[in-house]
Amino acid sequence: MIPFQYARANDVADAIKQIATDPSAKFIAGGTNLIDLIKYDVEGPSRLIDISHLPLRSVEPTSAGGVLIGAMVPNTDLAYHPLIEQRYPLLSRAILSGASQQLRNMASTGGNLLQRTRCFYYYDTATPCNKREPGSGCSAIDGVNRINAILGTSEACIATHPSDMCVALAALEATVHVAGPAGARTIAFADFHRLPGNTPQRDTNLEPDEIITAIELPPKGFSANYSYLKIRDRLSYAFALVSVAAALELDGDTIKEARLALGGVAHKPWRSTAAEAALLGQRTDAAAFAKAADWLLHGAKGYGHNNFKIGLARRAIIRTLGQAARGTPQSNSDKKIR
Amino acid sequence: MARSGAANRVTRMATAPEKIPIRLTVNGNHMELTVAPWTTLLDALRDHLDLTGTKKGCDHGQCGACTVLVDGRRINSCLTLAVMKQGAEIITIEGLAHDGELHPLQQAFIDHDAFQCGYCTSGQICSAAGLIAEGKAKTADEIRELMSGNICRCGAYPNIVAAIQQAKERS
Repeated sequence: MIPFQYARANDVADAIKQIATDPSAKFIAGGTNLIDLIKYDVEGPSRLIDISHLPLRSVEPTSAGGVLIGAMVPNTDLAYHPLIEQRYPLLSRAILSGASQQLRNMASTGGNLLQRTRCFYYYDTATPCNKREPGSGCSAIDGVNRINAILGTSEACIATHPSDMCVALAALEATVHVAGPAGARTIAFADFHRLPGNTPQRDTNLEPDEIITAIELPPKGFSANYSYLKIRDRLSYAFALVSVAAALELDGDTIKEARLALGGVAHKPWRSTAAEAALLGQRTDAAAFAKAADWLLHGAKGYGHNNFKIGLARRAIIRTLGQAARGTPQSNSDKKIR
Repeated sequence: MARSGAANRVTRMATAPEKIPIRLTVNGNHMELTVAPWTTLLDALRDHLDLTGTKKGCDHGQCGACTVLVDGRRINSCLTLAVMKQGAEIITIEGLAHDGELHPLQQAFIDHDAFQCGYCTSGQICSAAGLIAEGKAKTADEIRELMSGNICRCGAYPNIVAAIQQAKERS
């Protein structure tokens, strides 16, 4: 690995102060992605500021009826927390479908939001990549793009966001709490990650001198009718080709509220208000689900190797909505998709 | 085209980073060592403490051969900076047997012939020790799912699952 300096932050204010003094410094929490990127020479921070010891490790109910999750809560602790398992099982399932138990033990809640794409060309420093080297070009558009995006792409970048946890957080309409030199602010989850546009080097709207302190879940957890279905090349421990988070509120078999988010298909978790609106007042049948799938995939575009994702996503959306409606969420250990 | 890695882009620091003294408890022994900030826990164990039972497989968190227990939890030591584990309690494969008696998982792996080349085995066993401590895996399916971070290229998976089931029942 290339050399860097190391410093530990004592508290959030100290972390903000330290990052402000060194523009080429980076925060490190779980390190599961950043250390790897440094090994591949994709990232080259002059200094790592260790925030893993900051006292941001609690999962607590809020007065508004939701839950506040500290940014340093390890992914495993969050997935198995009783409040999350009982009230937000969609989030629990999504987290446990990602990575391995070792990595989930290491990875932090805040860091999960900030992980970089796994696009092959982003990692391969011998090839052009606008995300790694702005202006150098995109190798994936005409390259091996089987894992790349079909929605919200630009001519500059067709990378996907790799997180499973974020797909559930998008569907649940979480809020991101951040702090910076100008004070604290909140960012709606839908506004946190960006589409690539002409600035694919920027994954999120977090400023370089800001730090994530917490994720807030609203009261509604859709714990009765939800499912997270992840389609990947292996049965476990692989990034999603397509994943679907579905959450429904039902009155008998009529849909009162619907949330739908896709992973593995875009630069951010993909939602569509039209798709969710199309489900309102509908019966929970395949025809309604197919209509919602068409809305959610409106404008989808393949780049050759990833054309299959469009049909795969359509079928996965229909299947996941069915699982949610029946109250039989996809199991993470029994791999049969029912 | 020329390489466009980060090392070529970022202006490197003016002064060389200093090595940092750290204290770890490794397999019950108090250890003091001085490491560069970028030394992984894996390299600290293997190269500084001569504990070579923990293996470097992929060195990118994709194979699980480097799995050790840190404060009782299984992690990938190849993606962990040693300096970030100041004061931590580390258990490696060398620390599982006690008083000349194999750990139940070690014995179970022998009983079930749960390896061929053996390169992934120390990671498999440390990971399984973490899995048993977590108490989340009840069925064979759940063991398979929660052991998916440990790759065995010889394909000894059925015997690995059987060995873990045996050790779990006796723990």
